[in-house]
This record gives sequence, C-alpha cells and structure tokens, in this order.
Amino acid sequence: MIINHPLLGPRDAAEFTCLGDAGLIDRPDWQTEDAQQQFHDYLYLRDNPAGTHRELWFHEQGDRSWLVITRNTLTHQIDKVELARDVAKAAGRDR
Amino acid sequence: MQYSALKILWEGLTGNTGWKPVWREPEPKSEYDVIVIGGGGHGLATAYYLAKEFGVSNVAVLEKGWIGSGNVGRNTTIIRSNYMLPGNEPFYELSLKLWEGLEQDFNYNAMVSQRGILNLFHSDPQRDAFARRGNAMRLAGADAVLLDQDELRKMCPFLDFDNARFPIKGGLAQPRGGTVRHDAVAWGYARGADQRGVDIIQNCEVNGFQIENGVCKGVETTRGPIRAKKVAVCVAGSSSRVMAHAGMRLPIESHVLQAFVSEGLKPVLPGVITFGAGHFYVSQSDKGGLVFGGDIDGYNTYAQRGNLPVVEDVCEGGMAIMPMIGRARLLRMWGGVMDMSMDGSPFIDRTSIDGLYFNGGWCYGGFKATPASGFCYAHLLARDEPASVATEYRLDRFLRGAMIDEKGVGAQPNLH
Repeated sequence: MIINHPLLGPRDAAEFTCLGDAGLIDRPDWQTEDAQQQFHDYLYLRDNPAGTHRELWFHEQGDRSWLVITRNTLTHQIDKVELARDVAKAAGRDR
Repeated sequence: MQYSALKILWEGLTGNTGWKPVWREPEPKSEYDVIVIGGGGHGLATAYYLAKEFGVSNVAVLEKGWIGSGNVGRNTTIIRSNYMLPGNEPFYELSLKLWEGLEQDFNYNAMVSQRGILNLFHSDPQRDAFARRGNAMRLAGADAVLLDQDELRKMCPFLDFDNARFPIKGGLAQPRGGTVRHDAVAWGYARGADQRGVDIIQNCEVNGFQIENGVCKGVETTRGPIRAKKVAVCVAGSSSRVMAHAGMRLPIESHVLQAFVSEGLKPVLPGVITFGAGHFYVSQSDKGGLVFGGDIDGYNTYAQRGNLPVVEDVCEGGMAIMPMIGRARLLRMWGGVMDMSMDGSPFIDRTSIDGLYFNGGWCYGGFKATPASGFCYAHLLARDEPASVATEYRLDRFLRGAMIDEKGVGAQPNLH
C-alpha cells in the first residue's frame, strides 16, 4: 500500500504502523458515572467493518505524525489521508 | 460406510464402484435443536461432538460457501500445546490429546503426524523464559524438552548456529506436536457428523437473526428462515460481521496472515521449527514443500491477501535461522483472515442474548484448537455450562480484568 501523506506525499506503508479504529481519538470522560463501562468499550470493543474503515496510523519511520486514514478493508484502497491533529481539532479538541 | 484397508482392497478388486458420497446434501428443515453457523473446522467439530458425545443430533451446520473453504483450508497445519497460562494450557493439551485419537475416533485418515515442534532460543534470558514455559506445560500434563546447542546440532545441522546477530543457543521441543492434513480434518468431521444425522447445508449464508424479546429463536438465511432452540456462531475471521447482525460489538479486529509454500524438496526438516528472535515458522509437508509463515500484516482487512513488506520480513526470518531456504523457490503464497482478539486468546461463551452462543477470536492459533474447540463448544451448547478446560474464554473477561495475554502486550491486536 502507498499512503499519500498530507505533508510528505506518497510513502510506502512499511514506514507506518497501524493502531486501529480512529474512534480511539475520542477518549471517554473519566468523571462520568459509568466511566468503567465506557472505558471498557473504548479500550476493548471495536467496530470491525468489511468496507470503509477510518483508522489511526503512525509514521514511525518518517516524521512521526499520526494520521487518520480512510481505507477499504476489502480492497485495501485508500480514499483519504488526514493529519490526526486536524481531525481532533475539527472535533473540538484543543490539540 | 466404514473405511478400512480391507475396504480399499475390495474396492480395488471390484472397480471402485462401491464408494458413496461422504456426506448428504439435504434441504434445510424448518427447525432444529441447534444451528451451527460456519462449516469450517470448528463448526463441523462442534456438530460432530454434539451428536457423538452429547446426544444432540437434530443439528444443522450452515455454511456460506462450501465446507472447509475458510481458514481450515488456509492455515499452516501445525498442532501443538506449548502455551503457558493456566487459562490456555489445559485447553490446548486436551486438543492435542484429541488429535492423537482423532483418526480412530472419526474413522478418517487426517494424516496426523507427530513429528515434533521446536522453538529456538537465542539468549540466556530467553532460555530462562522457555524453561519456565516448558515447566508450565509439564504441570498441565503436556510434554516439553529443553535442548542445548549440542543436541540441536545433531537434530538440525542446517541451522545457522553461529549467526552474528541471533546465535542459536538451544530450543524448547514438544515431541508430541506436529502437523495434520488440514482439509481432511474438515472432511472427517463433516462425514462423522453427517453419519450421526447432522444436516450440513452449504451455500447458505446467514444474513440475520430472529431475536424476539431478547431471545434468539432462529436465523434468516439466503435459503429462507430457519428456527432453532440454540444458535451457535462459529465463523472466526468474520465474527464481527455476523455478530453485527445481532447488534453486538466484539473485542476483535480482523487481520490477514500470509503463508507460503516452496517447491517440493527431499526431506530436509525433522519437524516444525520456529525462530525465537523474529516471527518465522516452518515445516515440511508430506509432498516435500516447505510450508512457512510469520507475522500478520498488522492492519484491519477482510481481503484474503497481504502486502509485500511482510513477505520480505518472513523471508528475512527464514534466512536468519536456515540460510539453505534461500535456495528453494517459492511456489505459492496466500492469506487467511483471522479474528485477532484484544488479549490474543479466544472466546467460547454465551452472549447477552439468550439462545445465541459465540465461538471466535482464535487469532492465528485456531487450527490446532479445532478438536477441543468443537468439544468445549458442544459441551456449552448441550449443558449450558462451559467445559472445565474452557472456563476462562468468556466475553466479559476484559471488564473483570481477567485477560489471558500470553505475550503481555495489552489490547493491541496486531501485536499478539
């Protein structure tokens, strides 16, 4: 797979490691009543679709940026690559 | 029909006209006691043991394609029970014992060959870790032998003992480990189940569950609805897709593991050999091909193929322990999709929906577990309580903090 890095251009996927579902950006609030259940679901349960999947990749052997990649798990086609920082900021986070 | 040497001789003399199809192709009935979803090794074994050991024969096995078309046909055929943790080791040892008696049990030649498995170690700390694992295995009734370098040199003179980066210091052997003809496992279980009245229904994809007031009453399929008292999901690789029909999210990601086979060679390997400093394992098939593999690709996928960086990594692992492999030409490579669970261990459990049961999360260790998985799943389905060796394979173990994490890497499926 070739990952079209927003800053560096096309890079070999071998330079990256995959963390998994991009939902891992949205950490639950630890102060809520059901925080234990929420953290269980956050840490251990995964959407695991056959088709379009948004996931976090780390450019470990490159600029060490985190990316959110929209990829098809049936064909390995990559539709969109964003900086995870931009995705988090768009969702209202400060960084 | 009972298979025997005499039967082969008789059929040979009479023109081979007496052989019959190995299983029937029945139309689905409108209702069963148990529906097993997934006609792979585990699903067929579940149906077989339900009928044979637990007296439940009003059973259907529903398979999307043809039986054995999933991971039981795509693995590297290795059997072993060299685990360490108490939640795992007795289960895998039961599995190995069932493998040992399997061919007599289901009267089918599965070519079970206990040629041994050897895990190499490359440093003193690794030797200590392997000695500990060997002790844990022996406590659970398995066999384990710690070999030093001199013993290994006699057994496997071709290994690169003096490798500058990862010298081979010895190995942990399990002589009862080995390989099995993987397709024959599916066929043998299918035949045994069919003979006892189980309906094996191929080309029948489940695309929904009939859930009424929190109780599962049956399934929707491409061949119409079928009612059942109990529905047993057994579709490792596609678990998340099937359980999504019941609205459940699982502690599982789907990943691809690639495997490779070389051209046929004269016998060169005594058994299964694994690299201790990277991820590489190899055995030699009865046809002579070197069958080998390594790490999963590491990203979610349902495509039954991987990418080239992992091919390179696997071949580097092979060259590091046995440089002679570089002279063999690669014949074929393929990929299988597997359930990677959050702690690297499987599930055999009830679900939050009454009447719906789940078996999955086998990571890349499902093949060796086939007999015990089928036996323990059948036990759970027939008696509604887990078998004594499978009490830890619960879906709620993460909430309870009772993970079974052999590698100790946490909730990161692509590292298990």
